[in-house]
Amino acid sequence: MIEQTFSGVTVGKPLVDNAKMSMRDVNVFYGDKQAIFGVDLDIGENEVVAMIGPSGCGKSTFLRCLNRMNDTIDICRVEGSLQLEGQNIYDPKLDVVPLRARVGMVFQKPNPFPKSIYDNVAYGPRIHGLVSRRSELDEIVETSLQKAGLWNEVKDRLHAPGTGLSGGQQQRLCIARTIAVSPEVILMDEPCSALDPIATAKIEELIAELSQNYTIAIVTHSMQQAARVSSRTAYFHLGKLIEVNDTEKVFTNPDHELTEAYITGRFG
Amino acid sequence: MDKLHFDEHISKQFNADLEDLKTQLLEMGGVVEQQTIDAVKAITSADSELAEKVIVVENDVDQREVRLDEQCTLVLARRQPAASDLRMVLSVVKITRDLERMGDEAQKIARMAIKLSEDSGASQGYVELRHIGALVQEMVNNTLDAFARFDVDMALKVAKQDTTVDQEYKSAMREMITYMMEDPRSITRVMNIIWALRALERIGDHARNIAEHVIYLVKGLDVRHTTVSEMEQQLAER
Repeated sequence: MIEQTFSGVTVGKPLVDNAKMSMRDVNVFYGDKQAIFGVDLDIGENEVVAMIGPSGCGKSTFLRCLNRMNDTIDICRVEGSLQLEGQNIYDPKLDVVPLRARVGMVFQKPNPFPKSIYDNVAYGPRIHGLVSRRSELDEIVETSLQKAGLWNEVKDRLHAPGTGLSGGQQQRLCIARTIAVSPEVILMDEPCSALDPIATAKIEELIAELSQNYTIAIVTHSMQQAARVSSRTAYFHLGKLIEVNDTEKVFTNPDHELTEAYITGRFG
Repeated sequence: MDKLHFDEHISKQFNADLEDLKTQLLEMGGVVEQQTIDAVKAITSADSELAEKVIVVENDVDQREVRLDEQCTLVLARRQPAASDLRMVLSVVKITRDLERMGDEAQKIARMAIKLSEDSGASQGYVELRHIGALVQEMVNNTLDAFARFDVDMALKVAKQDTTVDQEYKSAMREMITYMMEDPRSITRVMNIIWALRALERIGDHARNIAEHVIYLVKGLDVRHTTVSEMEQQLAER
């Protein structure tokens, strides 16, 4: 049987030199129940970090801390230090709206607004006051859709409803909506779990392209996806961060037995 | 992380697949090991019948190689193995190839055995053949053992034995050259012995390759193209 248990110290290299986001000793509670235990993790500039682990291990909870999505849950309490370029993102004086523009999020199920394709993408720049002229907005919509690899498919029907697109297209529309406000970090919570293999391949391709300009943290249940898209992989287990290592290492020769047990489908 | 658990997957079928790969590889190893033993025996006792048997068995070894490759392909396609499972499948693919080559070399020795049994000449070189043959047989046995038990120490021992075999091979070559210079009429015969010695030395090399694959399988450490001392050092750093 797997004998090794977690010693309380994350093995591998959770910290990097060029950190875009730095999290230290993060503890998260839902009421009395602790969901995350003392997590230290850096996400490097223009890096793709994959977070994997069994259901309920806290990976999504942790991801949602990174742009204060957990604020919407009353009983949720986040402790520890979470910084975006040295700035404490849990500073009570900090406005979460611009924070969420800097740290965007893509969800599991594509959730376009019940508006046109154009308006879905234009929504962010409008409410954040990023544009003053219509022509500027047109340009943002076009480049965002291009970056999301959707432009050619929708350029002739920009005013059709976003909800009329296929699942994969909707997800790319949501990515376009996210990048329209020029975020620095993109959080993705199982972005492909509702998509077919072709749509998944397109999103993965997109992640590779986006990583040249954005910092990306992705939670995924697909180990192969983590192996394909990320440069570092973090393994969570029962709310603890067990191991963070170069993805190549994690999938060929992980340091921790719990990681090994999970990625190879053994009883842990 | 030395312990490998191939019987603890949530999928019992996956356990069975990997177990099957291991069993079949060891079976193939057993056939090749016997082939090596028989080849050396055939040449040193001028037993052409046994030599024929070694040549016939080669067909079986080839079939086993093809079958194991096929099974590894299926496991890769079905399971997308990771970490130790991935290393297991990759090692099996590589070890199979080395075993098949060892079979080829044993076949070469058997061919020489038949040629040598056809003409009655002096038994020059038989001492060397027996000596190196015994060393190589032990290597083959040890390397299969190392795989069966995932034993890195044993694998390291095989690498060391290979160094010894290489040295013995060199000095045997010098002996052979002396024989040929002493009596040019023996050249044809001694050349055949040389081919057989060469084949034995190659079997030793393949046994060492297998030992390296075992180290990769167990430790995730690629020690190919390194010296024994470098190997020891890398293992010590783990």
